[in-house]
Amino acid sequence: MAPLFAGWVEQCRALLQNRSAPPLWQPYRMLRKLFHKEATLANHASWLFRGAPYVVFAAMVLAAAITPSLTTELPAARVADAIALVGLFATTRVFMALAAMDIGTAFGTLGARREMMIGFLTEPALLMVLFNGSLMAGTTALPAIVQDTLAQSHVTLHPSLAFAALAFVMVLLAENARLPIDNPSTHLELTMIHEAMVLEYSARHLALIEWASWLKLFNYACIGFALFAPWGIATHGVSLGGTALAMLALVAKLAVAGAALAYFETTSAKLRLFRAPEFLTMAFLLAVLGLLVHLLLKA
Amino acid sequence: MSLEPIALEGSRLAANVPAQHRVVDADQWTAAARQLHDAGARLLTLWGADDRDRDGVFRVFAAYLLPGRALVLELALAAGDPTYPSLEPWFPAASRLQRATRDLLGLGAGEGDTRPWLRHGGWPEDRFPLRRDVSAETHVPGVPGPYPFVRVNGDGVHEIPVGPIHAGTIEPGHFRFSVVGEKVLRLEERLGYTHKGVAKRFEALPLLEGHRLAARVCGDSAVAFSWAYCAALEAATGATVAPRATCLRALALERERIANHLGDLGALGNDAGLAFGLSQFSAIKERMLRLNQNVFGQRYLMDYIVPGGVRSDVGPRLVRPLLDEATDVERDVVALKAIYDEHAGLQDRFKGTGQLAPLTAKAMGALGLAGRASGIDLDLRVAMPWAPYGDLRPHGVLSMDGDVAARVQVRFDEVMESLRLNRLLLEQLPHGATSVSIPALGSRTTGLGLIEGWRGPVMVALEAEVPSVIRRCHVHDPSWQNWPLIEHAVTGNIVPDFPLINKSFNLAYSGHDG
Repeated sequence: MAPLFAGWVEQCRALLQNRSAPPLWQPYRMLRKLFHKEATLANHASWLFRGAPYVVFAAMVLAAAITPSLTTELPAARVADAIALVGLFATTRVFMALAAMDIGTAFGTLGARREMMIGFLTEPALLMVLFNGSLMAGTTALPAIVQDTLAQSHVTLHPSLAFAALAFVMVLLAENARLPIDNPSTHLELTMIHEAMVLEYSARHLALIEWASWLKLFNYACIGFALFAPWGIATHGVSLGGTALAMLALVAKLAVAGAALAYFETTSAKLRLFRAPEFLTMAFLLAVLGLLVHLLLKA
Repeated sequence: MSLEPIALEGSRLAANVPAQHRVVDADQWTAAARQLHDAGARLLTLWGADDRDRDGVFRVFAAYLLPGRALVLELALAAGDPTYPSLEPWFPAASRLQRATRDLLGLGAGEGDTRPWLRHGGWPEDRFPLRRDVSAETHVPGVPGPYPFVRVNGDGVHEIPVGPIHAGTIEPGHFRFSVVGEKVLRLEERLGYTHKGVAKRFEALPLLEGHRLAARVCGDSAVAFSWAYCAALEAATGATVAPRATCLRALALERERIANHLGDLGALGNDAGLAFGLSQFSAIKERMLRLNQNVFGQRYLMDYIVPGGVRSDVGPRLVRPLLDEATDVERDVVALKAIYDEHAGLQDRFKGTGQLAPLTAKAMGALGLAGRASGIDLDLRVAMPWAPYGDLRPHGVLSMDGDVAARVQVRFDEVMESLRLNRLLLEQLPHGATSVSIPALGSRTTGLGLIEGWRGPVMVALEAEVPSVIRRCHVHDPSWQNWPLIEHAVTGNIVPDFPLINKSFNLAYSGHDG
């Protein structure tokens, strides 16, 4: 599902740029290709470098398991809440950065350095966004937040959520190495952030990392839906009809979100690296504003 | 050392532009350099020749650009001690040219940087491939040696080595950054990875085939290099090219300029993360290249310019599509320029990035497009127009800002000006022959071809001998002058802005390495 979403975003981007688009299943082909290749490792790569892709991938799968994308009846959701989710993202970041530095190339370190800078700015913003939802529902468990929102009989537009949603989109762009913070399709090694860290990876390791980064984008999209547009997610037990409906709703929401992401990426240029903190502080500010609006105005 | 001022005049040199030639001794060589520097002349290029088989000496030549003319100084060097006074104190651009001349011919400049430039250990230090007694056929084992980069010391300073193999499919060059955090304190380039021995190859070619090699010195400037070669050859042999042929050559040169500028404008957008720009500009460029294929028989106009004229005529049926295309290109470029100008994110990346102050540009001897973006008002089409530019009266483009935005602006303006010339040429295409035959060579002769390519002045110095063979051919790309500018432009900027700055200059690797 996640590679399909990545494929869809690529397709929208290509269409908007007047290019002929790669097929929707291109990411799957990519994975197949990479899994069939022989892995090349640097001579002085330690266990950290080899192990990091597995850790990162596992963390992303776990994150997917606690994000209510189809249903709120998640087996894993009982043990982990929204804060744990942020923790999982942080874990992947730390491992990626360590692995990048482990190999000792200038680019790995460069990427790791920039990633940590972005990371320590996005995490608080993300937490604030999640707290927004939590305060409303009175719990940090994501499924409960979804249930709470869905339980409201009428659709109300919460100003606090609007602030939070905006902040969330900004965090999503920064966290997933999209424009305007990073350029996912660049070949200029000096401008890279995420790509610089994975330059030394090949074959199955690279496949896992790519897959993990698609999963990350997918997870972020699902968290966004859960917080701000949970309609369609099955709430009462696991029924075939409910899940099918939720599936349809998810596909529709992903399609819209993917197209919007592609549109935004096509029309904006990359920010100068040192403008990124301004962008992210803005996200944090918006999230805090959302919180204040909720606390002070009860809106 | 003589401090007497020397006359900066000489005998007429066969060339497509006003050019003079003067033989000097070592003292005059130095005195002339000082005088030329004070007079605001620019060093265009420096090269050597092995004439030991003819009169027992080596020769070193320096070509200068003065207002309205070129001046070539010639200095003979004893075979036993082939050293000459360095020009570096007055012309910083001489440094790399002198290092390359030593690598290829063993002619040493008195002082300055003694590290090799083109020799990357591909041949031993005591072997000089361009000497006439060294055969191009013999294989020599490589002897890689260390290459000490200038180190920057200090708290928190570290180096980032980049290239010669890059993350994308681009040409090889090594860039050594000394940085603090993301800020660039110093950049040192190392080039020469694409040295192919073009000069040596020329010496094995018949006179009438050299234009084909010249066109391949730097693929994106095929027209400029082959025209410069043909101009040198025609000047040397005294051939006069028909007006129709010169107009068709100018048409090809302007099309090359437009196509390259469009490609760069797209790539600059892309490097700032705006992929939309790349796809739009690439589409326009591709349309031009396809029309090139139809009209001129080759997408990049390779081998269209031949000694004596052009390869094929542009018939009346083909003029219409070319004019229509010019209208289309102009409309699209105007629309895209509006988008670039109004895109806040793009302008934020362009403005103030990679600033090259006019004073620095002047001191470093900047040439061509990069120079014109930093206030160096020199366009050979305007300054010393050769046929047919005298009649066309092109307008020079100039900007004083010297940043990426200025180089983008100069490209946009030059595209519009070239489109105007393009239309003018097509509408007033004279009738007549498109090719004349080159007279047979009576004796040893020399010629100079100087053409304003899209990057800047491209020069070919040709020495021909009986029976119609090339004795020595020196080709010069303006990238020699402009590569060191990037080292200055990038200082104080942040590392992730380097690709954008580099692209805004878009200098040649192949044309430089030779």
